[in-house]
Amino acid sequence: MSLEDSDNLLEVRDLRIRFRLDKKNEFEAVKGVSFDVPRNATVALVGESGSGKSVSALAVMGLLPVENALIEPASKISFDGRELQTMPSGQRRALCGRDLSMIFQEPMSSLNPVLTVGYQIGEVLRLHKGMGAKAARARTVELLDEVGIPEPAARIDYYPNQLSGGQQQRVMIAMAIACEPKLLIADEPTTALDVTIQKQIIELLKALQQRHRMSVLFITHDLALVAEMADRVIVMRNGEVQEQGDTRQVFLQPQHPYTRALLECRPPLDARPHHLPVIDDMMRGDESPAIVLAERTRGYVEDERPLLVVKNLSKSFYSREGLFGQKEFKAVKDVSFTLPRGKTLGIVGESGSGKTTVGLTLLRLHEATGGQAFFRGKDILAMSSREFHDYKRRLQIVFQNPFASLNPRFTVGQILLEPMRIHNIGADDRERNALCFKWMERVGLPVEAFHRYPHEFSGGQRQRIAIARCLTLHPEVLVCDESVSALDVSVQAQVLNLLQDLQDDFGLSYIFISHDLSVVRYMADRVMVMRDGAVVEMADSDDLYRNPQHPYTQTLLAAIPGRQGVS
Amino acid sequence: MFASSSHLSPGLWTLAWRRLRADRVAMAALAVLLLFAAMLAASMSGWLANDWADEIGVHYAPPSFIGAQADAAHRTAEPAATEVPPENPLDPLKDVIRELRAEMDGASVAAAAGGEAGAEDSYGIADPLEKELAEIRGMPSGAATHVTSEKKTTLPFGADKWGHDVIKKTIKGAETSIVVGLVAALVATFLGTLFGALAGYFGGRTDDFFNWFYSIFTSIPYLLLILAVAAVLQQKGVTTIILILGLTGWTGVFRLVRAEYMKHKEREYVLAAGAIGGSHLGRMFIHIFPNISHVALVQMSILAVGFIKSEVILSFLGFGVPVGVVSWGSMLNEAQNELILGKWWQLTAATGAMAVLVTAFSLFTDALRDALDPKLK
Repeated sequence: MSLEDSDNLLEVRDLRIRFRLDKKNEFEAVKGVSFDVPRNATVALVGESGSGKSVSALAVMGLLPVENALIEPASKISFDGRELQTMPSGQRRALCGRDLSMIFQEPMSSLNPVLTVGYQIGEVLRLHKGMGAKAARARTVELLDEVGIPEPAARIDYYPNQLSGGQQQRVMIAMAIACEPKLLIADEPTTALDVTIQKQIIELLKALQQRHRMSVLFITHDLALVAEMADRVIVMRNGEVQEQGDTRQVFLQPQHPYTRALLECRPPLDARPHHLPVIDDMMRGDESPAIVLAERTRGYVEDERPLLVVKNLSKSFYSREGLFGQKEFKAVKDVSFTLPRGKTLGIVGESGSGKTTVGLTLLRLHEATGGQAFFRGKDILAMSSREFHDYKRRLQIVFQNPFASLNPRFTVGQILLEPMRIHNIGADDRERNALCFKWMERVGLPVEAFHRYPHEFSGGQRQRIAIARCLTLHPEVLVCDESVSALDVSVQAQVLNLLQDLQDDFGLSYIFISHDLSVVRYMADRVMVMRDGAVVEMADSDDLYRNPQHPYTQTLLAAIPGRQGVS
Repeated sequence: MFASSSHLSPGLWTLAWRRLRADRVAMAALAVLLLFAAMLAASMSGWLANDWADEIGVHYAPPSFIGAQADAAHRTAEPAATEVPPENPLDPLKDVIRELRAEMDGASVAAAAGGEAGAEDSYGIADPLEKELAEIRGMPSGAATHVTSEKKTTLPFGADKWGHDVIKKTIKGAETSIVVGLVAALVATFLGTLFGALAGYFGGRTDDFFNWFYSIFTSIPYLLLILAVAAVLQQKGVTTIILILGLTGWTGVFRLVRAEYMKHKEREYVLAAGAIGGSHLGRMFIHIFPNISHVALVQMSILAVGFIKSEVILSFLGFGVPVGVVSWGSMLNEAQNELILGKWWQLTAATGAMAVLVTAFSLFTDALRDALDPKLK
């Protein structure tokens, strides 16, 4: 993998892409980007949402919508010595899939659900290699074996929904490497997957790259993820390349403040600063001002009186089976924990572990199947719904997806006023309006936000709106269900800081649910690890991360990207 | 700017109106709709077309831009001249009738001459109502003579069989058709949305109940259903048509709205509304409904168009508007026979008016849907 090799497989020069929004407005998504992908090497394109990284990759593949995407004629994309932009579209299409191939973020939506995986992989072979049905099938079994799918001869006839998310992504990879491409573009291939699966996929890609001596252009928002696999890193922001260089150099001596910000905004695993550094500090050039305050100490204190005591909480879902039968699915099994005032309980687990169901059941958005939850000594699960109505305001929830959790037809003002009206907080609308503005200021929203609709805000701001909506009710317990998972790294830090400040000011107790182990470590006093609906381990967060007892916890911790750092 | 105007909030409708105004097609459609609305108001209050039933033209008077028919003068002169209806050359009994008539004439002449039993007919029975009948027979002929002298040979857009002005008839017909179409569409959309919302939101048994109801309802042949509702309501009139169409037309809306509610009730914003303590009704109609209202709106515009047409079928089947009330449907019904005679104007007037209204209505609801969606700017 010598980078001295001047022979570049892909050369992108001065790429400019504009999108036509309507008759008058245009948006310049990529502003003069140049980069190279050498032969037999992995290049990582890193950036947050809106950085133009995916658009650049789609331009290379020629997959941008023709109607509204304009690539400047001066832009040059040359692949293997041939200029792609001026190539006739028929030739270019033949190149895609054979020499150039791509994997997308969502394996479930990239595979056709009504065709078997074998057929879909075979289609590539039949199309580009002109193989017969028999030969294609034999090759497909080989490919499935190569990408690590167990029993490939049987799985070839499976439909995508019969495979797990990780296996689906493996099928996508098998499809992409079917014709032994020279360049594989992987667009956020692991973002939709669990951490342990993510690690496996990364390792698979690394192994395939070396075995087939191909080039990989790896697109991701997570800088830590590429430390172990990329030879070169390109950092993009707002359609411009901020920094590019050798992986080692970018990680160890980042030149651009934005690269530093990306590296430092993530909660570290070895320290717990009072506040996380945010991107603006970095861009201003202040040297991590947030670390002025002392580090936080975390953990439950033994003699604290708990605010919330949960005993043997369980929740089952039933699905019909046969004519009269019912099939029980235990989403949560016998979960018990306590939560003192002003503390945070982190719940960690992969998808399907039941962590979200715990949160929803506590708020009675699902009715519990069994168990008790004592809030200030009263069992909130056994109450009548009329009685529980008063307790609703004491327990609130911030959802994962800020794009889905706000009613798109309500203005921010309406969103914030509604809960106060329902619970008769404030004497009249005038007073409630004043309260609205108070909370908006508290979570860092501008005054003019009051009359705007949610879609006019960025993800981070929307999450602030969702938090403000909860705060209007003066809750005592706030369930944060993957509340920062959908946000960009730099915005994530801001929202985490906000949550931290609110806890300091109002003594809120958090139940912090996340699949992201470093975020949970930063936020939580006590961490509960869940798997298949059951608690596998619970301990104070420092103890758990330093000395995990259960093998599953150990696997999870080992899968955190960038844990080993750059070697 | 926002801080100073914080007490008055530009609501959904203000913003929607702003967006509508930017849409030229929508504004044109709105202008057409307003024109129809004005026409409707004028005709209902009696300002316009109140005298549509006056027989002001000769029958089948052509539109003015074509010019009068050659035989029009002959026809106007004709009717009052004889009391005896003109002989039908195709009637197989015409010879018998002619004989009878000659006999009767002879008998009455004889009776008048004889003078002894003046009120005796050919069977030798005296008619006690002889005088009254003679009076009645005398009246219409006199009246007809009076009106005939004023009948026009051409009208701006022609006349129908009875000499009604087609333009006035179309305006008056719009009253019935638009009211039937819109109100029935409203009723059907309301029922469909309500049932769909309940079924989709609550699911489980409620959903089963509405689905059973829906399945049974749709398994009955449509016309039979219409006849059944008509038989229950027992009377003819605009209200009956509205009820027939409204009570049978909700099924399509129900399916679509139910599907939308099933999709939306799982959304996080609805869960969030539940978490802050919003009631079921509040979640159904304050939170979810505005987000699916486009489905109901589009369905309503499609239904309105369909119902205006259905009114034609009902009129044809005899369940339509009562005699003496005009609608586009009854006009189209008459046009079937006229078209064979080459009298196309009534058909053109009714379908033209219908097409313009329906197109404008569809374009407007489409634009309204877009304008009400805050995500589309």
